[in-house]
Amino acid sequence: MALDRDAVVHIASLARIRVADSELAALAAELTDIIEWVEQLAEVDTDGVAPMTSVAATRLSMREDAVTDGDCRDAILGNAPRTAKGFFAVPKVIE
Amino acid sequence: MSGLTGLSLGEARAGLAARRFSARELTEAYIAAMVRARALNAFITETPERALAMAAASDARLARGEALPLDGIPLAVKDLFCTNGVLTTAASHILDGFTPPYESTVTEKLWAAGAVMLGKTNLDEFAMGSSNTTSHYGPVENPWRRPGDNRPLVPGGSSGGSAAAVAAHAALGATGTDTGGSIRQPASFCGVVGLKPTYGRCSRWGVVAYASSLDHPGPIARTVSDAAILLQAMAGHDWKDSTSAPLPVPDYEAALAEGVHGLKIGIPREYRAAAMPAEIEALWQQGAAWLRAAGAEPVEISLPMTKYTLPAYYIIAPAEASSNLARYDGVKFGLRIDGDTLEDMYELTRAAGFGAEVRRRVLIGTYVLSAGYYDAYYLKAQKVRHLIARDFAAAFAQVDCLLTPTAPSAAFAIGDHTDDPIAMYLNDVFTIPANLAGLPAMSVPAGLGAEGLPLGLQVIGRAFDEATVLRVGRALECAAQFGHRPTFLADEG
Repeated sequence: MALDRDAVVHIASLARIRVADSELAALAAELTDIIEWVEQLAEVDTDGVAPMTSVAATRLSMREDAVTDGDCRDAILGNAPRTAKGFFAVPKVIE
Repeated sequence: MSGLTGLSLGEARAGLAARRFSARELTEAYIAAMVRARALNAFITETPERALAMAAASDARLARGEALPLDGIPLAVKDLFCTNGVLTTAASHILDGFTPPYESTVTEKLWAAGAVMLGKTNLDEFAMGSSNTTSHYGPVENPWRRPGDNRPLVPGGSSGGSAAAVAAHAALGATGTDTGGSIRQPASFCGVVGLKPTYGRCSRWGVVAYASSLDHPGPIARTVSDAAILLQAMAGHDWKDSTSAPLPVPDYEAALAEGVHGLKIGIPREYRAAAMPAEIEALWQQGAAWLRAAGAEPVEISLPMTKYTLPAYYIIAPAEASSNLARYDGVKFGLRIDGDTLEDMYELTRAAGFGAEVRRRVLIGTYVLSAGYYDAYYLKAQKVRHLIARDFAAAFAQVDCLLTPTAPSAAFAIGDHTDDPIAMYLNDVFTIPANLAGLPAMSVPAGLGAEGLPLGLQVIGRAFDEATVLRVGRALECAAQFGHRPTFLADEG
């Protein structure tokens, strides 16, 4: 299936990546090539086949419900581009 | 003391144990080699001071007779592993300045075994690539060149810096990660050994995620025996990774002595269909003949889904990547480009921070997961993945290991294939199946092609049977006697 400019604008918005108008046509062609190439999977008969989400056969293990980590606020905030009063800071979202 | 960087890991370990040289001397030799190798751009960050401090601790233990398994062994770490207090970039602009306050489990285990960290190696951005040309820190050069041709070649990718550093003797071994061939393909291109263990054998905790169901940490080394020694230290259950296997780790080095007599080696006939160059076909047949001479029995087998592994991968991996990379939003770490609104800030940060290949995969992944397309693409690919895994299960009912080429070509020039994403993706045609099935697989240097560049052969094994993969790899190594040297070596003098 071919992706047009509008489709790329929509995906880029879902992915939260700003794409310049000047790049849309080339990107649409490039993504279309890849999508049309992966579409050969349609040839495969997968009726009755379960989707495989992981090769790990193990079930998620349980552990004791206890606090094993914490008290490291400053270490976590240490990499943030902007902080305020012990929080991550972002542009205002509530008027 | 000269000549130290020419030793294998096993030889260096013996020399340290016999006190023929100190961990400090060995580490100083490698720091000097790392500096001499700078033109390769294999390292993003060098950590010589940390290396010398770690070597001093190793020397103290060696003097007390309390040596740890890797005491004093200088290693390079792919810059996808988080290292406490040391810049970790994933070769992406979006992680500018990120200094983790924690250590990945695999590197923690290496340091706990006494190994010495030389620095962090270059890679394709977020491990997405087969040439190490998508790095924000620039391409890595392969230490090999074609005879009579001075054009720089790619080291392969994504663990290109690790493979180049090991091949050039700028590190004794290195960590890599392999999502679709990122340990094995660069190992093949650089003439070194690369081992992708079984999914769950080495913890992914603290490794920057690309595609979580396909990411495998593993070692890159100069010899099969060195790879066994490194895997021993890296492997094991980790409660911090819920997909880590709660299984005991066998003695890999001891297993090498067992040989391959009586093993059945599967030769997948569909791998021939992929327009294989004659020299690679010939090397593959040579590999089968070597194993037969060593007492193993090559048997033709079938993996009918082979044709569909690449397209399945290029749905599943981008889908997982688009989800994993959602965390890079300018809030918690790394790059931030200010905008008027929160949405603006997200979109501008991610536009500036991601390179072209990462953006391409995030957009593809977003598309195949989006409403209306999820079933047709993502769910379909997961079903095909199941069929691919079944192919391998059927094959391993008949044979103990599979033998294939590692890559469809030798190293190519920097800049080649960069304008055609699908041509670049085809580099991983032989390596991706083992990622989709989660099986252990190793590349061993087997010979030089007509261009005078190394070519690797790949051994794929049963889940959690790295020991047999290593045994077969060792048999290939012994038969191939790959004594060729790259054009550039960082050794002294």
